[in-house]
Amino acid sequence: MKIKLIDICHGRSGDKGDAANVGIIANDDDGYEIIKKYLTAERVKKHFEGICFGKVERYDLPNLRALNFLLHNTLGGGGTISLKHDAQGKTLAAALLRMEIEID
Amino acid sequence: MKEKIKIASGQGFWGDLIDAPYHQVMKGEIDYLVMDYLAEVTMSILQKQKIKNPKFGYARDIPQLMRRILPTCKEKNIKVITNGGGVNPIACAEAVIEVAKELGINQLKVGVVLGDDIKDSLDDIIAQGAELNNMETDESILTIKDKLLSVNVYFGAFPIVEALEKGADVVITGRTTDTGLTLAPMIYEFGWDKNNYNLLSAGTVAGHILECGAQASGGNFLGDWESIENFAEIGFPIAEAYPDGTVIITKHEGTGGRVSFETVAEQLVYEIGDPKNYITPDCVADFTSIKLEDLGNNRVKMFNVSGAKETEFYKVSCSYFYGYSASGSLTYSWPKALTKAKAAEQILRKRLELLDLSFEEIRAEFIGYNATHETLARKIDEDNINEVMLRFSVRSTNFESVERFGKEIAPLILTGLPAVTGFAGGRPKPSEVVAYWPALMPKTLVKPVVKIIEV
Repeated sequence: MKIKLIDICHGRSGDKGDAANVGIIANDDDGYEIIKKYLTAERVKKHFEGICFGKVERYDLPNLRALNFLLHNTLGGGGTISLKHDAQGKTLAAALLRMEIEID
Repeated sequence: MKEKIKIASGQGFWGDLIDAPYHQVMKGEIDYLVMDYLAEVTMSILQKQKIKNPKFGYARDIPQLMRRILPTCKEKNIKVITNGGGVNPIACAEAVIEVAKELGINQLKVGVVLGDDIKDSLDDIIAQGAELNNMETDESILTIKDKLLSVNVYFGAFPIVEALEKGADVVITGRTTDTGLTLAPMIYEFGWDKNNYNLLSAGTVAGHILECGAQASGGNFLGDWESIENFAEIGFPIAEAYPDGTVIITKHEGTGGRVSFETVAEQLVYEIGDPKNYITPDCVADFTSIKLEDLGNNRVKMFNVSGAKETEFYKVSCSYFYGYSASGSLTYSWPKALTKAKAAEQILRKRLELLDLSFEEIRAEFIGYNATHETLARKIDEDNINEVMLRFSVRSTNFESVERFGKEIAPLILTGLPAVTGFAGGRPKPSEVVAYWPALMPKTLVKPVVKIIEV
Protein backbone atom coordinates (compact mmCIF):
# COMPACT_ATOMS: atom_id res chain seq x y z
CA MET A 1 0.00 0.00 0.00
CA LYS A 2 1.29 3.43 -0.94
CA ILE A 3 0.97 6.27 1.55
CA LYS A 4 1.50 9.95 0.86
CA LEU A 5 3.32 11.62 3.74
CA ILE A 6 1.19 14.74 3.37
CA ASP A 7 -1.89 12.65 4.23
CA ILE A 8 -0.50 11.49 7.59
CA CYS A 9 1.89 14.26 8.73
CA HIS A 10 2.56 17.95 9.05
CA GLY A 11 5.72 19.77 10.05
CA ARG A 12 7.93 22.81 9.99
CA SER A 13 11.42 23.57 8.75
CA GLY A 14 14.03 26.25 9.29
CA ASP A 15 17.74 26.95 9.25
CA LYS A 16 20.63 26.16 11.55
CA GLY A 17 23.57 27.70 9.73
CA ASP A 18 24.06 25.84 6.45
CA ALA A 19 21.96 22.95 7.77
CA ALA A 20 18.20 22.80 7.51
CA ASN A 21 16.05 21.39 10.28
CA VAL A 22 12.95 19.56 9.11
CA GLY A 23 10.54 18.55 11.87
CA ILE A 24 7.81 16.13 10.87
CA ILE A 25 4.81 15.40 13.11
CA ALA A 26 2.41 12.52 12.58
CA ASN A 27 -1.31 13.28 12.82
CA ASP A 28 -1.92 10.25 15.07
CA ASP A 29 -0.18 7.30 16.77
CA ASP A 30 -0.59 4.99 13.77
CA GLY A 31 1.01 7.62 11.58
CA TYR A 32 3.90 7.92 14.01
CA GLU A 33 4.53 4.16 13.86
CA ILE A 34 4.72 4.44 10.06
CA ILE A 35 7.15 7.35 9.95
CA LYS A 36 9.23 5.87 12.77
CA LYS A 37 9.64 2.69 10.76
CA TYR A 38 9.91 3.97 7.20
CA LEU A 39 11.15 7.55 7.31
CA THR A 40 14.80 6.69 7.87
CA ALA A 41 17.67 9.17 7.58
CA GLU A 42 18.82 7.29 4.45
CA ARG A 43 15.43 7.62 2.82
CA VAL A 44 15.29 11.35 3.59
CA LYS A 45 18.82 11.81 2.25
CA LYS A 46 17.80 10.10 -1.01
CA HIS A 47 14.62 12.21 -1.24
CA PHE A 48 16.67 15.40 -1.03
CA GLU A 49 19.28 14.26 -3.56
CA GLY A 50 20.59 17.33 -5.37
CA ILE A 51 19.43 19.57 -2.51
CA CYS A 52 21.14 18.16 0.58
CA PHE A 53 24.88 17.66 0.02
CA GLY A 54 25.81 16.59 3.54
CA LYS A 55 24.72 13.94 5.98
CA VAL A 56 21.19 13.60 7.31
CA GLU A 57 20.68 13.03 11.04
CA ARG A 58 17.41 11.85 12.54
CA TYR A 59 16.21 12.47 16.11
CA ASP A 60 13.02 10.95 17.53
CA LEU A 61 10.51 12.78 19.70
CA PRO A 62 7.87 10.11 20.44
CA ASN A 63 6.28 12.44 22.99
CA LEU A 64 5.25 14.75 20.13
CA ARG A 65 4.78 11.97 17.52
CA ALA A 66 7.63 13.75 15.77
CA LEU A 67 10.93 13.15 14.00
CA ASN A 68 13.50 15.89 13.59
CA PHE A 69 15.87 15.72 10.65
CA LEU A 70 19.03 17.79 10.33
CA LEU A 71 20.06 18.13 6.69
CA HIS A 72 23.66 19.30 6.58
CA ASN A 73 25.19 21.34 3.75
CA THR A 74 21.80 22.19 2.29
CA LEU A 75 21.22 25.94 2.28
CA GLY A 76 23.87 27.23 -0.12
CA GLY A 77 26.14 28.47 2.66
CA GLY A 78 23.28 29.47 4.92
CA GLY A 79 22.12 32.74 6.41
CA THR A 80 23.17 35.84 4.55
CA ILE A 81 25.71 34.10 2.32
CA SER A 82 23.16 31.92 0.55
CA LEU A 83 21.89 33.05 -2.85
CA LYS A 84 18.89 30.76 -2.55
CA HIS A 85 15.39 32.16 -2.79
CA ASP A 86 14.59 29.93 0.20
CA ALA A 87 17.85 30.57 2.04
CA GLN A 88 16.34 29.51 5.36
CA GLY A 89 14.81 26.24 4.20
CA LYS A 90 11.32 27.38 5.15
CA THR A 91 9.69 25.27 2.43
CA LEU A 92 11.67 22.07 3.00
CA ALA A 93 9.13 20.52 5.40
CA ALA A 94 6.57 20.80 2.62
CA ALA A 95 9.16 19.34 0.23
CA LEU A 96 9.56 16.30 2.49
CA LEU A 97 5.78 15.84 2.60
CA ARG A 98 5.89 15.20 -1.18
CA MET A 99 7.31 11.76 -0.37
CA GLU A 100 5.27 8.62 -0.98
CA ILE A 101 6.04 5.51 1.05
CA GLU A 102 5.29 1.90 0.16
CA ILE A 103 4.25 0.17 3.40
CA ASP A 104 3.70 -3.51 4.20
CA MET B 1 4.25 34.10 45.64
CA LYS B 2 1.83 34.54 42.76
CA GLU B 3 -0.29 31.51 41.95
CA LYS B 4 0.38 31.99 38.22
CA ILE B 5 1.73 34.58 35.80
CA LYS B 6 0.83 35.33 32.21
CA ILE B 7 3.71 36.05 29.85
CA ALA B 8 2.74 37.36 26.42
CA SER B 9 4.84 37.17 23.27
CA GLY B 10 4.82 40.48 21.39
CA GLN B 11 7.28 40.00 18.52
CA GLY B 12 8.72 36.98 16.74
CA PHE B 13 11.45 38.97 15.01
CA TRP B 14 12.28 42.57 14.19
CA GLY B 15 9.80 43.33 11.45
CA ASP B 16 6.92 41.33 12.91
CA LEU B 17 3.40 42.78 13.25
CA ILE B 18 3.84 46.26 14.74
CA ASP B 19 0.51 46.12 16.57
CA ALA B 20 0.95 42.65 18.09
CA PRO B 21 2.47 43.83 21.40
CA TYR B 22 -0.16 46.57 21.64
CA HIS B 23 -2.96 44.02 21.29
CA GLN B 24 -1.29 41.72 23.84
CA VAL B 25 -1.43 44.55 26.39
CA MET B 26 -4.91 45.78 25.47
CA LYS B 27 -7.00 42.69 24.68
CA GLY B 28 -6.77 40.83 27.98
CA GLU B 29 -4.95 40.42 31.27
CA ILE B 30 -1.19 39.77 31.18
CA ASP B 31 1.68 40.23 33.64
CA TYR B 32 4.65 40.36 31.28
CA LEU B 33 5.19 41.34 27.67
CA VAL B 34 8.30 39.76 26.11
CA MET B 35 9.70 40.78 22.75
CA ASP B 36 12.47 39.17 20.73
CA TYR B 37 13.96 41.50 18.14
CA LEU B 38 17.34 39.96 17.44
CA ALA B 39 18.12 37.54 14.65
CA GLU B 40 21.67 36.33 14.20
CA VAL B 41 22.88 39.09 11.90
CA THR B 42 20.68 41.87 13.30
CA MET B 43 23.54 42.92 15.59
CA SER B 44 25.73 43.84 12.61
CA ILE B 45 22.98 46.02 11.10
CA LEU B 46 22.57 47.74 14.44
CA GLN B 47 26.33 48.13 14.80
CA LYS B 48 26.41 50.00 11.48
CA GLN B 49 23.59 52.28 12.62
CA LYS B 50 25.45 53.00 15.83
CA ILE B 51 28.63 53.92 13.93
CA LYS B 52 26.62 56.46 11.92
CA ASN B 53 24.86 57.82 15.00
CA PRO B 54 25.99 56.93 18.55
CA LYS B 55 22.40 57.32 19.76
CA PHE B 56 21.18 54.51 17.49
CA GLY B 57 21.94 50.79 17.42
CA TYR B 58 18.73 49.47 18.97
CA ALA B 59 15.25 48.58 17.68
CA ARG B 60 13.78 52.02 17.22
CA ASP B 61 10.26 50.56 17.16
CA ILE B 62 10.55 50.26 20.95
CA PRO B 63 10.15 53.91 22.02
CA GLN B 64 7.22 54.27 19.59
CA LEU B 65 5.60 51.15 21.01
CA MET B 66 6.22 52.26 24.59
CA ARG B 67 4.45 55.53 23.89
CA ARG B 68 1.32 53.50 23.11
CA ILE B 69 1.48 50.94 25.90
CA LEU B 70 3.37 52.47 28.80
CA PRO B 71 0.37 54.16 30.49
CA THR B 72 -1.57 50.87 30.49
CA CYS B 73 1.51 48.90 31.57
CA LYS B 74 1.98 51.25 34.53
CA GLU B 75 -1.68 51.14 35.47
CA LYS B 76 -1.89 47.33 35.33
CA ASN B 77 1.69 46.65 36.46
CA ILE B 78 2.63 44.86 33.25
CA LYS B 79 6.38 44.50 32.95
CA VAL B 80 8.08 44.62 29.57
CA ILE B 81 11.18 42.57 28.72
CA THR B 82 12.99 42.83 25.41
CA ASN B 83 16.36 42.17 23.80
CA GLY B 84 15.71 45.02 21.36
CA GLY B 85 18.45 47.07 23.03
CA GLY B 86 20.71 45.56 20.37
CA VAL B 87 24.20 47.03 20.51
CA ASN B 88 23.06 50.11 22.43
CA PRO B 89 20.71 49.11 25.26
CA ILE B 90 21.54 52.26 27.26
CA ALA B 91 20.41 54.54 24.42
CA CYS B 92 17.25 52.46 24.08
CA ALA B 93 16.56 52.76 27.82
CA GLU B 94 17.15 56.51 27.71
CA ALA B 95 14.73 56.83 24.82
CA VAL B 96 12.10 54.93 26.85
CA ILE B 97 12.73 57.21 29.84
CA GLU B 98 12.22 60.24 27.56
CA VAL B 99 8.90 58.78 26.39
CA ALA B 100 7.85 58.21 30.00
CA LYS B 101 8.64 61.84 30.86
CA GLU B 102 6.69 63.10 27.86
CA LEU B 103 3.73 60.99 28.96
CA GLY B 104 3.91 62.48 32.44
CA ILE B 105 4.84 59.18 34.07
CA ASN B 106 6.86 60.20 37.08
CA GLN B 107 8.03 56.83 38.29
CA LEU B 108 9.57 54.26 36.01
CA LYS B 109 12.56 52.01 36.43
CA VAL B 110 14.24 50.68 33.32
CA GLY B 111 16.69 47.84 33.86
CA VAL B 112 19.50 47.53 31.36
CA VAL B 113 21.58 44.41 30.81
CA LEU B 114 25.07 45.19 29.51
CA GLY B 115 28.30 43.37 29.00
CA ASP B 116 27.36 41.13 26.08
CA ASP B 117 29.21 43.33 23.58
CA ILE B 118 32.82 42.11 23.76
CA LYS B 119 34.10 43.45 20.45
CA ASP B 120 36.42 45.99 22.07
CA SER B 121 37.83 43.56 24.60
CA LEU B 122 38.26 40.70 22.13
CA ASP B 123 42.07 40.74 22.20
CA ASP B 124 42.08 40.40 25.99
CA ILE B 125 39.55 37.60 25.86
CA ILE B 126 41.57 35.71 23.25
CA ALA B 127 44.73 36.31 25.31
CA GLN B 128 42.96 34.77 28.31
CA GLY B 129 42.47 31.58 26.37
CA ALA B 130 39.14 31.85 24.51
CA GLU B 131 39.63 30.28 21.08
CA LEU B 132 36.36 31.39 19.48
CA ASN B 133 36.78 28.89 16.66
CA ASN B 134 33.79 28.60 14.35
CA MET B 135 31.45 26.04 15.93
CA GLU B 136 30.45 24.65 12.55
CA THR B 137 33.74 24.61 10.65
CA ASP B 138 36.32 24.77 13.47
CA GLU B 139 38.19 27.53 11.62
CA SER B 140 40.20 29.96 13.74
CA ILE B 141 38.70 33.38 14.40
CA LEU B 142 42.04 34.89 13.37
CA THR B 143 41.07 34.25 9.73
CA ILE B 144 38.28 36.85 9.96
CA LYS B 145 39.35 38.95 12.93
CA ASP B 146 40.08 42.05 10.83
CA LYS B 147 36.64 41.87 9.24
CA LEU B 148 34.60 41.52 12.43
CA LEU B 149 31.63 43.88 12.72
CA SER B 150 30.08 42.68 15.96
CA VAL B 151 30.89 40.20 18.73
CA ASN B 152 28.20 39.47 21.30
CA VAL B 153 27.80 36.92 24.04
CA TYR B 154 24.38 35.32 24.45
CA PHE B 155 23.36 35.91 28.06
CA GLY B 156 20.53 33.94 29.61
CA ALA B 157 17.69 34.71 31.98
CA PHE B 158 19.60 35.57 35.16
CA PRO B 159 20.75 39.12 34.34
CA ILE B 160 17.08 39.92 33.58
CA VAL B 161 16.09 38.35 36.91
CA GLU B 162 18.59 40.66 38.61
CA ALA B 163 17.02 43.69 36.90
CA LEU B 164 13.55 42.58 38.03
CA GLU B 165 14.83 42.12 41.58
CA LYS B 166 16.09 45.69 41.46
CA GLY B 167 12.55 46.81 40.71
CA ALA B 168 12.68 47.27 36.94
CA ASP B 169 9.34 47.88 35.21
CA VAL B 170 10.98 47.54 31.83
CA VAL B 171 14.07 45.43 31.07
CA ILE B 172 16.12 46.16 27.97
CA THR B 173 19.00 43.88 27.03
CA GLY B 174 21.51 43.41 24.28
CA ARG B 175 22.18 39.89 23.03
CA THR B 176 20.05 37.78 25.36
CA THR B 177 18.67 34.41 24.30
CA ASP B 178 15.10 34.48 23.09
CA THR B 179 14.20 31.82 25.64
CA GLY B 180 15.73 33.77 28.54
CA LEU B 181 13.20 36.59 28.05
CA THR B 182 10.35 34.23 28.97
CA LEU B 183 12.19 32.17 31.57
CA ALA B 184 13.32 35.21 33.60
CA PRO B 185 9.92 36.28 34.95
CA MET B 186 9.20 32.70 36.09
CA ILE B 187 12.47 32.53 38.03
CA TYR B 188 11.78 35.95 39.54
CA GLU B 189 8.14 35.42 40.47
CA PHE B 190 8.37 31.82 41.66
CA GLY B 191 11.83 31.98 43.20
CA TRP B 192 13.12 29.08 41.13
CA ASP B 193 16.56 27.89 42.18
CA LYS B 194 19.33 28.21 39.63
CA ASN B 195 20.15 24.54 40.17
CA ASN B 196 16.62 23.29 39.56
CA TYR B 197 17.23 22.35 35.96
CA ASN B 198 13.83 20.79 35.40
CA LEU B 199 12.07 24.04 36.23
CA LEU B 200 14.56 26.12 34.25
CA SER B 201 14.01 23.77 31.32
CA ALA B 202 10.23 24.12 31.60
CA GLY B 203 10.59 27.92 31.35
CA THR B 204 13.06 27.54 28.52
CA VAL B 205 10.68 25.34 26.52
CA ALA B 206 7.93 27.92 27.11
CA GLY B 207 10.38 30.52 25.78
CA HIS B 208 11.00 28.44 22.67
CA ILE B 209 7.26 28.26 22.08
CA LEU B 210 6.87 32.03 22.45
CA GLU B 211 10.00 33.22 20.68
CA CYS B 212 8.62 33.14 17.15
CA GLY B 213 5.38 34.93 17.96
CA ALA B 214 2.31 33.66 16.13
CA GLN B 215 4.17 30.63 14.75
CA ALA B 216 2.85 28.90 17.90
CA SER B 217 -0.72 30.10 17.46
CA GLY B 218 -1.61 29.13 13.91
CA GLY B 219 0.82 31.16 11.82
CA ASN B 220 2.82 29.18 9.25
CA PHE B 221 0.92 26.06 10.35
CA LEU B 222 1.44 23.31 7.78
CA GLY B 223 -1.17 20.98 9.27
CA ASP B 224 -4.84 21.66 8.71
CA TRP B 225 -4.17 25.31 7.83
CA GLU B 226 -7.33 25.66 5.78
CA SER B 227 -9.41 25.41 8.95
CA ILE B 228 -7.59 28.21 10.81
CA GLU B 229 -9.79 31.24 11.20
CA ASN B 230 -9.09 34.95 11.11
CA PHE B 231 -5.40 35.10 10.28
CA ALA B 232 -5.93 38.87 9.87
CA GLU B 233 -6.36 39.31 13.62
CA ILE B 234 -4.14 36.43 14.72
CA GLY B 235 -3.55 36.30 18.46
CA PHE B 236 0.06 35.96 19.61
CA PRO B 237 0.81 33.20 22.14
CA ILE B 238 0.64 33.66 25.90
CA ALA B 239 2.34 31.40 28.45
CA GLU B 240 0.33 31.00 31.64
CA ALA B 241 3.04 29.75 33.97
CA TYR B 242 2.68 27.97 37.32
CA PRO B 243 5.26 27.57 40.12
CA ASP B 244 5.61 23.81 39.51
CA GLY B 245 6.78 24.34 35.93
CA THR B 246 3.44 23.61 34.30
CA VAL B 247 2.73 26.09 31.53
CA ILE B 248 -0.50 26.57 29.62
CA ILE B 249 -0.04 28.03 26.17
CA THR B 250 -3.02 30.13 25.09
CA LYS B 251 -3.98 33.42 23.41
CA HIS B 252 -6.44 36.23 24.08
CA GLU B 253 -10.18 35.54 23.64
CA GLY B 254 -11.63 36.75 20.38
CA THR B 255 -8.34 36.81 18.47
CA GLY B 256 -7.68 34.80 15.31
CA GLY B 257 -5.45 31.80 14.81
CA ARG B 258 -5.37 28.64 16.93
CA VAL B 259 -3.49 27.18 19.86
CA SER B 260 -3.67 23.38 19.67
CA PHE B 261 -1.42 20.35 20.19
CA GLU B 262 -0.56 20.56 16.50
CA THR B 263 0.27 24.27 16.29
CA VAL B 264 2.41 24.13 19.45
CA ALA B 265 4.14 20.90 18.36
CA GLU B 266 5.14 22.49 15.05
CA GLN B 267 6.81 25.35 16.88
CA LEU B 268 8.56 22.90 19.24
CA VAL B 269 10.30 21.17 16.33
CA TYR B 270 11.26 24.47 14.67
CA GLU B 271 14.97 25.18 14.39
CA ILE B 272 16.07 22.55 16.87
CA GLY B 273 18.99 20.16 16.59
CA ASP B 274 19.36 17.25 19.00
CA PRO B 275 16.12 17.50 21.00
CA LYS B 276 17.68 15.90 24.10
CA ASN B 277 20.28 18.66 24.26
CA TYR B 278 18.68 22.04 23.74
CA ILE B 279 21.51 24.17 25.07
CA THR B 280 20.97 27.61 26.59
CA PRO B 281 23.11 29.60 29.05
CA ASP B 282 20.64 28.61 31.80
CA CYS B 283 20.21 24.85 31.32
CA VAL B 284 20.16 22.01 28.80
CA ALA B 285 16.52 21.19 28.13
CA ASP B 286 15.33 17.78 26.99
CA PHE B 287 12.59 18.25 24.38
CA THR B 288 11.83 14.52 24.39
CA SER B 289 10.50 14.88 27.95
CA ILE B 290 7.85 17.47 27.11
CA LYS B 291 4.23 16.39 27.53
CA LEU B 292 1.53 18.34 25.74
CA GLU B 293 -2.16 18.04 26.50
CA ASP B 294 -4.70 19.84 24.35
CA LEU B 295 -7.31 21.22 26.79
CA GLY B 296 -9.46 22.62 23.99
CA ASN B 297 -10.58 26.23 23.59
CA ASN B 298 -7.10 27.35 22.51
CA ARG B 299 -5.39 26.03 25.63
CA VAL B 300 -2.51 23.55 25.57
CA LYS B 301 -0.95 22.30 28.79
CA MET B 302 2.79 21.72 28.76
CA PHE B 303 4.32 19.75 31.64
CA ASN B 304 6.81 17.04 32.71
CA VAL B 305 9.82 18.89 31.26
CA SER B 306 13.24 17.76 32.41
CA GLY B 307 16.70 19.09 31.79
CA ALA B 308 20.29 19.15 32.91
CA LYS B 309 22.94 21.51 34.24
CA GLU B 310 24.06 24.33 31.99
CA THR B 311 27.40 24.07 30.18
CA GLU B 312 30.50 26.05 31.12
CA PHE B 313 30.38 28.04 27.90
CA TYR B 314 28.53 31.01 26.52
CA LYS B 315 27.64 31.02 22.86
CA VAL B 316 29.17 33.99 21.08
CA SER B 317 27.63 35.46 17.99
CA CYS B 318 30.08 37.25 15.69
CA SER B 319 29.33 38.92 12.40
CA TYR B 320 31.92 39.81 9.80
CA PHE B 321 32.16 41.37 6.38
CA TYR B 322 32.12 38.64 3.72
CA GLY B 323 31.63 40.31 0.32
CA TYR B 324 28.85 41.46 -1.99
CA SER B 325 25.80 39.94 -3.63
CA ALA B 326 23.05 41.04 -5.97
CA SER B 327 19.94 39.49 -7.36
CA GLY B 328 17.79 40.42 -10.35
CA SER B 329 14.72 38.98 -11.99
CA LEU B 330 12.75 38.94 -15.25
CA THR B 331 9.35 37.43 -15.97
CA TYR B 332 8.68 35.37 -19.11
CA SER B 333 5.08 34.71 -20.17
CA TRP B 334 3.46 31.96 -22.26
CA PRO B 335 4.34 30.61 -24.80
CA LYS B 336 7.17 28.37 -23.58
CA ALA B 337 7.85 30.50 -20.51
CA LEU B 338 10.22 28.04 -18.86
CA THR B 339 12.16 27.31 -22.05
CA LYS B 340 12.73 31.03 -22.55
CA ALA B 341 13.68 31.68 -18.93
CA LYS B 342 16.25 28.85 -19.13
CA ALA B 343 17.61 30.22 -22.41
CA ALA B 344 17.90 33.67 -20.82
CA GLU B 345 19.93 32.15 -17.99
CA GLN B 346 22.39 30.73 -20.52
CA ILE B 347 22.67 34.05 -22.37
CA LEU B 348 23.38 35.85 -19.11
CA ARG B 349 25.98 33.30 -18.04
CA LYS B 350 27.72 33.64 -21.40
CA ARG B 351 27.74 37.44 -21.21
CA LEU B 352 29.19 37.41 -17.69
CA GLU B 353 31.83 34.95 -18.84
CA LEU B 354 32.81 37.19 -21.76
CA LEU B 355 33.14 40.13 -19.37
CA ASP B 356 35.74 38.19 -17.42
CA LEU B 357 34.25 39.00 -14.02
CA SER B 358 34.98 37.15 -10.82
CA PHE B 359 32.21 35.42 -8.88
CA GLU B 360 32.24 32.98 -6.01
CA GLU B 361 28.79 31.73 -6.98
CA ILE B 362 26.22 32.30 -9.71
CA ARG B 363 22.73 30.93 -9.21
CA ALA B 364 19.63 30.83 -11.40
CA GLU B 365 16.20 29.87 -10.07
CA PHE B 366 12.85 29.66 -11.81
CA ILE B 367 10.07 31.06 -9.67
CA GLY B 368 6.80 29.39 -10.57
CA TYR B 369 8.65 26.18 -11.30
CA ASN B 370 11.44 25.01 -8.97
CA ALA B 371 12.76 27.88 -6.83
CA THR B 372 11.61 26.28 -3.59
CA HIS B 373 11.62 22.50 -4.10
CA GLU B 374 14.41 22.34 -6.67
CA THR B 375 15.00 18.73 -7.74
CA LEU B 376 11.70 17.69 -6.13
CA ALA B 377 9.64 20.05 -8.28
CA ARG B 378 7.17 18.25 -10.55
CA LYS B 379 7.89 18.43 -14.24
CA ILE B 380 5.58 20.89 -15.95
CA ASP B 381 3.77 20.96 -19.22
CA GLU B 382 4.88 24.14 -20.98
CA ASP B 383 1.41 24.64 -22.50
CA ASN B 384 -0.08 24.84 -19.03
CA ILE B 385 2.30 27.27 -17.43
CA ASN B 386 1.40 30.93 -17.69
CA GLU B 387 4.66 32.52 -16.65
CA VAL B 388 8.01 31.88 -15.04
CA MET B 389 10.25 34.34 -13.25
CA LEU B 390 13.98 33.97 -13.74
CA ARG B 391 15.76 34.96 -10.54
CA PHE B 392 19.48 35.33 -11.12
CA SER B 393 21.93 35.98 -8.30
CA VAL B 394 25.67 36.41 -7.88
CA ARG B 395 28.08 36.70 -4.97
CA SER B 396 31.67 37.88 -4.99
CA THR B 397 34.31 39.48 -2.83
CA ASN B 398 34.88 41.81 -5.80
CA PHE B 399 32.51 44.81 -5.69
CA GLU B 400 33.02 45.78 -9.35
CA SER B 401 32.01 42.33 -10.60
CA VAL B 402 28.75 42.42 -8.66
CA GLU B 403 28.04 45.98 -9.76
CA ARG B 404 28.69 45.08 -13.42
CA PHE B 405 26.36 42.11 -13.16
CA GLY B 406 23.60 44.52 -12.14
CA LYS B 407 23.87 46.23 -15.50
CA GLU B 408 23.33 43.00 -17.47
CA ILE B 409 19.73 42.20 -16.43
CA ALA B 410 17.70 44.94 -18.15
CA PRO B 411 19.40 44.57 -21.56
CA LEU B 412 17.90 41.07 -21.82
CA ILE B 413 14.54 42.70 -22.48
CA LEU B 414 15.60 44.06 -25.86
CA THR B 415 18.40 41.62 -26.66
CA GLY B 416 16.93 38.23 -25.73
CA LEU B 417 13.80 36.11 -25.72
CA PRO B 418 10.31 37.55 -26.32
CA ALA B 419 7.27 38.23 -24.11
CA VAL B 420 9.40 39.28 -21.17
CA THR B 421 8.66 41.92 -18.56
CA GLY B 422 8.99 42.70 -14.87
CA PHE B 423 12.05 44.87 -14.85
CA ALA B 424 10.93 48.02 -13.13
CA GLY B 425 13.04 48.37 -10.03
CA GLY B 426 16.21 49.63 -11.69
CA ARG B 427 19.57 47.88 -11.73
CA PRO B 428 20.16 45.48 -8.86
CA LYS B 429 22.71 47.12 -6.57
CA PRO B 430 25.44 45.19 -4.78
CA SER B 431 24.53 44.65 -1.16
CA GLU B 432 27.05 43.89 1.53
CA VAL B 433 27.09 40.31 2.72
CA VAL B 434 27.60 40.15 6.47
CA ALA B 435 28.21 36.60 7.56
CA TYR B 436 27.66 34.92 10.87
CA TRP B 437 30.34 33.22 12.97
CA PRO B 438 29.08 31.18 15.92
CA ALA B 439 31.60 30.36 18.64
CA LEU B 440 31.90 29.37 22.31
CA MET B 441 33.79 30.95 25.18
CA PRO B 442 34.25 30.07 28.85
CA LYS B 443 31.62 31.76 31.02
CA THR B 444 34.29 32.88 33.49
CA LEU B 445 35.71 35.40 30.97
CA VAL B 446 32.71 37.71 30.81
CA LYS B 447 30.23 39.09 33.33
CA PRO B 448 26.83 40.63 32.67
CA VAL B 449 26.26 44.07 34.17
CA VAL B 450 22.82 45.26 35.26
CA LYS B 451 22.02 48.97 35.56
CA ILE B 452 18.85 50.77 36.52
CA ILE B 453 17.89 54.05 34.90
CA GLU B 454 14.85 55.80 36.32
CA VAL B 455 12.57 58.78 36.02
